[in-house]
Amino acid sequence: MKDSRFFRRLVVTAILAWMALFAFGPNLLVLLASFGRASGTTFVEPGFSLHNYLRLLEPAYGRIMLSSLWLAGGVTLICLVCGYPFAAILARTRAPWRNALLLLVVIPFWTNSLVRTYAMIAILNANGIVNRLLLAMGLIDAPLPMMYSSGAVLAGLVYALLPFMVLPLYAALERLDQRYVEAARDLGATPARTFARVIVPLTMPGIVSGCMLVFLPALGMFYVPDVLGGAKGMLLGNFIRDQFLTSRNWPFGSAASVAMTLVMGLMLLLYWKSNVRLSRREWI
Amino acid sequence: MRRYLKFTYAALVYAFLYLPLVVMVVYSFNASRFSMQWKGFTLHWYDALIHDASLIQAALHSLTIAAVSATVACFIGTVTALAIHRWRFVGRKAIHAVLFVMMMSPDIVIGISLLVLFIALSLPLGFWTLLMAHVTLCMPFVAITVHGRLQGFDPHVVEAARDLGAGELEVWRHIMLPMTMPAVLAGWFMSFTLSLDDVIIAFFTTGPTFEVLPLRIYSMVRLGLKPEINALCAAMILITAVAVVTTQWLLKEQK
Repeated sequence: MKDSRFFRRLVVTAILAWMALFAFGPNLLVLLASFGRASGTTFVEPGFSLHNYLRLLEPAYGRIMLSSLWLAGGVTLICLVCGYPFAAILARTRAPWRNALLLLVVIPFWTNSLVRTYAMIAILNANGIVNRLLLAMGLIDAPLPMMYSSGAVLAGLVYALLPFMVLPLYAALERLDQRYVEAARDLGATPARTFARVIVPLTMPGIVSGCMLVFLPALGMFYVPDVLGGAKGMLLGNFIRDQFLTSRNWPFGSAASVAMTLVMGLMLLLYWKSNVRLSRREWI
Repeated sequence: MRRYLKFTYAALVYAFLYLPLVVMVVYSFNASRFSMQWKGFTLHWYDALIHDASLIQAALHSLTIAAVSATVACFIGTVTALAIHRWRFVGRKAIHAVLFVMMMSPDIVIGISLLVLFIALSLPLGFWTLLMAHVTLCMPFVAITVHGRLQGFDPHVVEAARDLGAGELEVWRHIMLPMTMPAVLAGWFMSFTLSLDDVIIAFFTTGPTFEVLPLRIYSMVRLGLKPEINALCAAMILITAVAVVTTQWLLKEQK
């Protein structure tokens, strides 16, 4: 008995130590670095000032933050609006088909998103599929310049991240108890009202986690603007990367990363609240 | 009418998801180098890939890192899942919460925070730092998958085994291990694909001495469309598809 208690303590200590080193440690260091100053020799000169954060709010940098948030918000909204009905259709499909259809969403979900972004070039190119189709249909006379624009980055991010919205939505919609929907209909609610007052609240955790899985990467995937061109200075991810690799201003980059972590914290809080609200409702 | 509408909508979404990939795979067999015109079928680009020694080197690096980090992540993740499932101790809920936060953390935040850690410890960037970074990336996914599987256990099975005289070791060997194995294996394949997929974390945590395939693709892709890259990407998609189908199959087996 004594041995097993020792074993238990050993294992728990090891897990906690691992987490302290690889989960807390690095983030704590970034937080500390964000209060310091840039230094040529040691990357970071320790200190305590908020000047990096104040600098983030200066118009030149504030604009990057805002445009990145704006773009990520647009990507999230498009993914949600397109993904919700799609996930609902998947959740209602009968069993043997459903697994196959789901697998077809899971494969792009796990495929390297750099590879998938690269595949978008052949679609958006001047002589790519979309332009050739439009030319053949006679809708346009000359190829549209779709690459190297913020539209291309938006399309690339939606393409890369759509599966990350669909899967959590699917999980929530599949778990949705159809009897609630039937009850609402029986009590005379219109389909729109049933959707807004019953289906959406019951699938809220799925909606929030889908939005989180799309919004946060959409802030950081710096290779999408690199590959599709355009919107060069628009993503927070590109900004952080440049601060770390080209400008060598680690404290400033760290401050931007802390800002991103705060956004994540806010979204996690939303997720937690939506879960709590749901489980409370189940007890009533 | 509604059925057709649903069918069309789903078909459109699938077309959106797959058209770029299909076009890319088709063009990886195109004999023409510079245009999007179809000039006939060739395996030339695949042949060129196999004979590119540094590319093969990068691919081997990627597969090594993916396999080793998946194995290490599986070990740590499974132990963590078992610990929070079986034991009640201070910090148990906190571990669960931290795992969830780690899983949700954006890659760029993980990447730069680990870079800062490695620089602070003055570790040279390369195989070992990338390995630690990918274990950090994958371990929460394994722990959550295995923990989910353990939650679905019927506790009566363990009780029944106890009543029939099984000791702790026998419970582990004959019940816990066989029942968690599919989830552990699924976690392994999940980690393997996660590691192969990752561009952002590898970008910050490996050095010039240890180049991996996604970073190689990243530096090639910035130059635009090339048939060799099409072929390379097609090969990557194939590896991912095989890993995903295996994972799904393993996760289904256990139900």
